[in-house]
Amino acid sequence: MMRIWATIKIALRALRRNKLRTLLTMLGMIIGVAAVIAMVSIGNGAKSQIEAQIASMGQNVILVFSGSFTRGGARSGWGGAGTLTIDDAEAIQREIPGVVAVSPEIRTRAQIAAGNQNWNTQILGEAPEYFDIRQWPVVEGAAFTGQDVRSANKVAVIGKTIADQLFPGEESLGQCIRVKNVPFIILGMLLPKGLSVQGQDQDDLIIIPYTSAMKRVQRVTTVGSIVVQAAKPTLLSPVQQQIIELLRQHHHITPGKDDDFTVRNQQEIAEMATAQSKTMTVLLGAIAGVSLVVGGIGIMNIMLVSVTERTREIGIRMAIGARGRDILLQFLIEAVTLSVIGGIIGIGAGVGSSKALAAQTGWPTLIPSEWLIYAFCFSGVVGVFFGFYPARKASRLDPIEALRYE
Amino acid sequence: MNSVIALEDIHKVYHTGGVDVHAVRGVSSAIQTGEFVAVMGASGSGKSTLMNLIGCLDRATRGRYLLDGTDVSQLNRDELADIRNRKIGFVFQGFNLLARTSALENVELPMLYLHRHLRGREQRAHALRALETVGLADRADHHPNQLSGGQQQRVAIARALVNQPALLLADEPTGNLDSQTSIEIMGVFQKLNGQGITLIMVTHELDIARYTRRNLIMRDGLIVSDVPVTSRLDAETELRRLHDAHQAVQLTV
Repeated sequence: MMRIWATIKIALRALRRNKLRTLLTMLGMIIGVAAVIAMVSIGNGAKSQIEAQIASMGQNVILVFSGSFTRGGARSGWGGAGTLTIDDAEAIQREIPGVVAVSPEIRTRAQIAAGNQNWNTQILGEAPEYFDIRQWPVVEGAAFTGQDVRSANKVAVIGKTIADQLFPGEESLGQCIRVKNVPFIILGMLLPKGLSVQGQDQDDLIIIPYTSAMKRVQRVTTVGSIVVQAAKPTLLSPVQQQIIELLRQHHHITPGKDDDFTVRNQQEIAEMATAQSKTMTVLLGAIAGVSLVVGGIGIMNIMLVSVTERTREIGIRMAIGARGRDILLQFLIEAVTLSVIGGIIGIGAGVGSSKALAAQTGWPTLIPSEWLIYAFCFSGVVGVFFGFYPARKASRLDPIEALRYE
Repeated sequence: MNSVIALEDIHKVYHTGGVDVHAVRGVSSAIQTGEFVAVMGASGSGKSTLMNLIGCLDRATRGRYLLDGTDVSQLNRDELADIRNRKIGFVFQGFNLLARTSALENVELPMLYLHRHLRGREQRAHALRALETVGLADRADHHPNQLSGGQQQRVAIARALVNQPALLLADEPTGNLDSQTSIEIMGVFQKLNGQGITLIMVTHELDIARYTRRNLIMRDGLIVSDVPVTSRLDAETELRRLHDAHQAVQLTV
């Protein structure tokens, strides 16, 4: 053990002797590790933001879309065919255990107007449960009720953007807005959510009872989709399965025929959304990894030069009793010291640059602490990996030849 | 008497480029404790090869070599390294000190590879004592480039002594030194020999060989002459004579 400590001291002294060379060699590692840390922090920041957004969809949510239809070769996309009905939604609520809440949904865009102002916005027809499912409380006034749904009342809950655009500087509650010329009374305003990751204004919408949307706005008898909430995350898959079975039965789909609807659960949606950021992280990580390898090759290169330069020293050490292992260890420790110190500086630089980036661009960055440990360990591994060959070359020199080397 | 070195029919054959070179062809000899031997011979006579064999830097192709009672002919690389560390001290023609490393640290170097590791303080004490032996204790912190050739060679001798080896091997130790410094180094060797240290020295300078007690002459891989030195030179006397001659020159000018 004492011998290893003495060897470390020799290695450190050798590195101190060639300060500029040591620094330049380390630079490869520093840049590599800093790049890895910065990339991972950017990727993680993006991922956590997307996850937060998915969570804002509500908890344990399953979405049922009606199927698409094809007309003249053009396919309508999910929800186009109008195969889902209020009966389907009620059946899901009634017959499937583990379902907490159900909200039939009708989505459309329309021009809305109030006084002399007008605005094009998203209109959602929902059940009152929708506010609970999405954990999106009404902060001013109140939400509509089951009674409003049963009577298809002309009432609405609006997002903050609507209030700002249609009633600038005025109280919006109790005011009347016209949706496709049908007047609705504003009952409440939703908690402002701000912009989404993609930059969409999440507060630019109005929510009305789904019955009102069907009868008074869209004049349809079917719903576009059904939002279902399961009691527990573990119930997502079984409930999803049961919904499929139930709807096939309801829609009289014989075995072998395709579903005329689609069911997605929140997990799948989250996976799709994070897949993109994951790809990004992997890509950036790969680029950063390449720079780490380049840094390692730099270390290997300089160690090979160092072994050649110090052939005579190696010969002297061998003549006075150093074993091959002692020489191997000396050069290996030198390489690992280079890479680990480079790694530590790189971690600092990576953390610093990701913080600077966050401050400059406003990108969310998040440095997972385990990655700091990975980076540290990995830089050590790089040192061992790329230092081994030169060190072994040194340890296998013939002492007589090495002593004669000029 | 105790044999430090016993060589029995030592052969060394190199295979280079498909040609066998028979560098040493059956050397048998014994060197006792406290001897001071000069090995001489023209280049290509096999004296360097023999020194490498005696120094355990290389292994004989055939024959038996007992060093301080241990048969070292069959040892592997690591075992030979340990033998070199504990039993042999090397002094080279080119000094072979580590540059940018103080004299003291150079002398401490062999202790680094000792099996029984010494504490830093002990290492320092041993190294200082070795430097004292060669009269350089006051230069312990100097780096090789701050020392004269003779001083560097003394540091190298101190390094060779520090592990208290059974044998000191010097390969052309005066090859890079002027005649006065050469005599000074011979003085150091004679003093060490007087303390009972066994010395073997390769040289091609006849007058340097006259400071030793026994001369081996090699030719074509064999020892052709093995004679005790009759009119042995004393380094101190020679130095004084040189000094007087020098002063005489100055007086006449």
